[in-house]
Amino acid sequence: MTAARRLLPPALLLATGVAAWQAVASLAAVDDLTLASPTETVAALADDLPLLLDGALVTLLEVVLGLALAVVFGAIAAVGMHLVRPLRRAAYPVLVASQAIPVVVLAPLFVLAFDYGLAPKLAIVALICFFPVTVNLLDGLRSVEPDLLKLMRSLGASRLATLRRVELPAALPSFFSGLRVAATVSVIGAVFGEWAGADEGLGRLVLLANNQLQTPRVYAGIVLLTLMAVGLFLLAGLAERLAVPWRRTEDAEA
Amino acid sequence: MATTQLRAAATEPQPTEESVGVELRGVTRRFRSSRGDEVVALRGLDLSAADGEVLAVVGPSGCGKSTLLELLAGLGDPDEGSLAAGGTSSREGRLAACAYMPQRDLLLPWRSALANAALALEVQGVPAAAARRRALPLFERFGLAEFAGALPAELSGGMRQRIAFLRTLLAGRPVLLLDEPFGALDSITRAAMQEWLAEALAAEPRTVVLVTHDVREALYLGTRVAVLSPRPGRLVAELAVPSESPRPRRETVTDPAFTALEEQALAALEPPRP
Ligand SMILES: Nc1ncnc2c1ncn2[C@@H]1O[C@H](COP(=O)(O)OP(=O)(O)OP(=O)(O)O)[C@@H](O)[C@H]1O
Ligand SMILES: [Mg+2]
Repeated sequence: MTAARRLLPPALLLATGVAAWQAVASLAAVDDLTLASPTETVAALADDLPLLLDGALVTLLEVVLGLALAVVFGAIAAVGMHLVRPLRRAAYPVLVASQAIPVVVLAPLFVLAFDYGLAPKLAIVALICFFPVTVNLLDGLRSVEPDLLKLMRSLGASRLATLRRVELPAALPSFFSGLRVAATVSVIGAVFGEWAGADEGLGRLVLLANNQLQTPRVYAGIVLLTLMAVGLFLLAGLAERLAVPWRRTEDAEA
Repeated sequence: MATTQLRAAATEPQPTEESVGVELRGVTRRFRSSRGDEVVALRGLDLSAADGEVLAVVGPSGCGKSTLLELLAGLGDPDEGSLAAGGTSSREGRLAACAYMPQRDLLLPWRSALANAALALEVQGVPAAAARRRALPLFERFGLAEFAGALPAELSGGMRQRIAFLRTLLAGRPVLLLDEPFGALDSITRAAMQEWLAEALAAEPRTVVLVTHDVREALYLGTRVAVLSPRPGRLVAELAVPSESPRPRRETVTDPAFTALEEQALAALEPPRP
């Protein structure tokens, strides 16, 4: 009941958007090659489904593996920076600066370096996702109240015991915020990777369709990519609810 | 409930080397405020509590009571003077001798009440399951067994404070440092908690330094009451509480001898007239 009520506003907004899209696409002045209507998009989805799903599977693999890499390396980096203050001082500005590097430009270089296969896509997805995961986890680790750390010290807890029993659990909500952001941008990373050079994947399919002026297929691809990102976002939220049951998150409602 | 003599262990102060009490000599502690000026939290403070004594420390807000406990607990060193707890004066020694209960309960929201109390054992290397098994009898003894599985968010303020106290007890240290354990509670809960603590301490006698800004609480729970001045905290009065305890709280606080002591303490707390 509450779920239905929560889903109603975004559903209404989405329906309005689709209706407006249909209306604009039906205008005589709008070229079919620039804008496919929702009905054309759905038709393309139905017609090319096997092709699209094959591509989606490849892209999904890139995204999931890339995210996993980002989580592993992000966790190592965040914990390392948390425990070793000089490392944090040195690495934090570099980490922030690394975010300013335009990944679009980096992608072709990665393809040059790693060749056409899975590796460059993983590298790009991981690179994009590393930042939100690391920064949020680090913030979470550092957000523990000083009084709580004093208590742990007075109980005789070692640095690692405090990390394991207090700081890591306390950082989980913040980590999951980072993971949700990472999940949504990961798909963009995979598409960049495929555009820079690939022979399979949904991003490549969209690029090809665009070159071949198959506009409805482009839109169908975009719809699937969006669904993928939203799905990953929801999964991250679900994982959070399972991992952080003591905290009823209000912002996980998407 | 346990009604053993709360103050049975209270003896004459004997500040020997072996004493597991606490002792402060000329302790001064300064801080630098965020604006850069110097704040003297404690100045030349002398205090002591003998083995098994309950020393209640009262003083106005900001006079350095929490600072005093943190120093004793081994969480910092004084700028001047010396202090000892449990017979040792080194910081590590104090850290090992004292169980510190901070001003707020600081329970971990993801742990059940039992697991929160058991934390004190876990960090000493006891496996989680064994730590909980060892904590459970305390819950039963103090009438908290039915709350053992509850998360802190599901507990009342008084209940959370009790869990935090059990965690402090389970640390197994000879000296307990309690920082306004009931400061955040309403007066009814607070009165009940004071009786509960009196019984708990009767069952588990320790050397206790209890910080409070409630004079009645200090007189009811303490064997001795130290009154501190406004910042920088210095000792302005020391009152011995006759140990005809334990007594039901309501009877005690209306006793003429008790009210006389209360008058004395309140007079000592009053700022000097210009
Ligand atoms: N880490 C710190 N940095 C700077 N100033 C501090 C610090 N800790 C305490 N102080 C200052 O020292 C003084 C004593 O603080 P403390 O917390 O010991 O007081 P208190 O008696 O416990 O007060 P309350 O009854 O309100 O808990 C205060 O003026 C406080 O601002
Ligand atoms: Mg205080």
